[in-house]
Amino acid sequence: MRVTMTVNGEPATADDVWEGESLLFVLRERLALPGSKNACEQGECGSCTVLLDDVPVCACLVAAGQATGREVVTVEGLAAPPGGDRQGLHPVQQAFIDAGAVQCGFCTPGLIVQAYDLLRRTAGVPADPDIREALAGNLCRCTGYEKILDAVRLAAARMSAARISAARMSAARMAGGAA
Amino acid sequence: MEFLQPRSLAEAIATKAERPDAVPIAGGTDIMVEINFDARRPEALLDLNRVAELASWQHSDGLVRLGAGVTYARVIAELGGLLPGLAMAARTVGSPQIRNRGTVGGNLGAASPAGDCHPVLLAAGATVEAASARGTRLIPAAEFFTGPKRSVLAPDELITAVLIPAAPGPQQFAKIGTRNAMVIAVCAFALELRPPKGGGAGTGDSGGSPPWAKTVGTGIGSAGPTPLRAIQAEEFLAGALAEAGLWDTADRLPDQIAQRFAELAAAAARPIDDVRGTAAYRRRALSVLARRTLAWAWDTYRTGDGAPECG
Repeated sequence: MRVTMTVNGEPATADDVWEGESLLFVLRERLALPGSKNACEQGECGSCTVLLDDVPVCACLVAAGQATGREVVTVEGLAAPPGGDRQGLHPVQQAFIDAGAVQCGFCTPGLIVQAYDLLRRTAGVPADPDIREALAGNLCRCTGYEKILDAVRLAAARMSAARISAARMSAARMAGGAA
Repeated sequence: MEFLQPRSLAEAIATKAERPDAVPIAGGTDIMVEINFDARRPEALLDLNRVAELASWQHSDGLVRLGAGVTYARVIAELGGLLPGLAMAARTVGSPQIRNRGTVGGNLGAASPAGDCHPVLLAAGATVEAASARGTRLIPAAEFFTGPKRSVLAPDELITAVLIPAAPGPQQFAKIGTRNAMVIAVCAFALELRPPKGGGAGTGDSGGSPPWAKTVGTGIGSAGPTPLRAIQAEEFLAGALAEAGLWDTADRLPDQIAQRFAELAAAAARPIDDVRGTAAYRRRALSVLARRTLAWAWDTYRTGDGAPECG
């Protein structure tokens, strides 16, 4: 069957999709987006986490047909698109690099999508139990998680600093306009 | 394989009548695992994600009608006041990603003895609503399960909703597992206290107490071929509380009552040895869970803390 959806803001079509195929398989094998990783295929490890209509899900547990007409965002879609206003990696991605949260890297895309979802819903730096709860469905066999928690805190601090600075600039612009 | 994607409940029911072999898929957290592992090759998948009627809940006259397609994440976010026990159980399901997709209807459909919702639905005296082209029927949760992963659901039927009384009093749920996420229960226990008057959303404002007043509900998970009620434990506790006047005084609960309740709860289980635990461990753990949940629920009853909100 044919499956049409929006992936990372662009229309995407996959043909000859088997009816029992997962969204993960379509993304990796048919749409050339290998960022989402295929590990456990049973929702245990979180390596295939993507946003489906803005909600984090395990792409291995979504039947491809269920994604028809839906919006999917993968780890590839978090970095700034070429030529846009925003440059480079998303702050969550950059923080994972800077904090040393990436070892073998296999779990990293899923953790980044899940951490991204947590941080866009949180003002400031989330409490540790909230970070642990949000990442409870993402397994990492290398890091022991400490550096991952560091990365999430670092990203949260940077994102909230950026928000404050953007708010200040906008306030200054408005004050300037009023003068 | 075929992929059937009805757009309305009427269409879904008609499709299931034509294709009773079609396997319903909602959150996919069970069926996709089986397909990914080549454990199952259904002739057709019946996707219920587009059926808007399944994805809502309503509350009236003390009864919550929970659409079969409402996710655990929504139960937690929206129903913690009306159905605190179910919300507690939902919080223990899988991970955030799983809770964003998995549904209470799917939990029932899979009918695993370890399903996290089942003990709560038994304790609350919930009813499963099943629909087919032949009509709609209501099945008490206690009669729904017939064996491991088996239920009374007919091949042409779809689970459309679960009818759950809004908590008439304190509810508790506890589950044993190796960590706080991503575990299939080693065993689980749910408890509901139904006080004589006031406090509950389901009490109504009539002068007399409702017929279920001064009763107790229980549910045991993952310690038998199906989820089970501990009926003797329920009757003992309700009787002991009444005899000692404790429903009215809300005094401290005597240890002997909690102890006996725990023994009877454990005795109601029919556990087996398997990869997650031994029968003996499950029985022992259930008595601990029964005593703990009773202590927590009684504490809520005494202090009024966390009393269910009227929605």
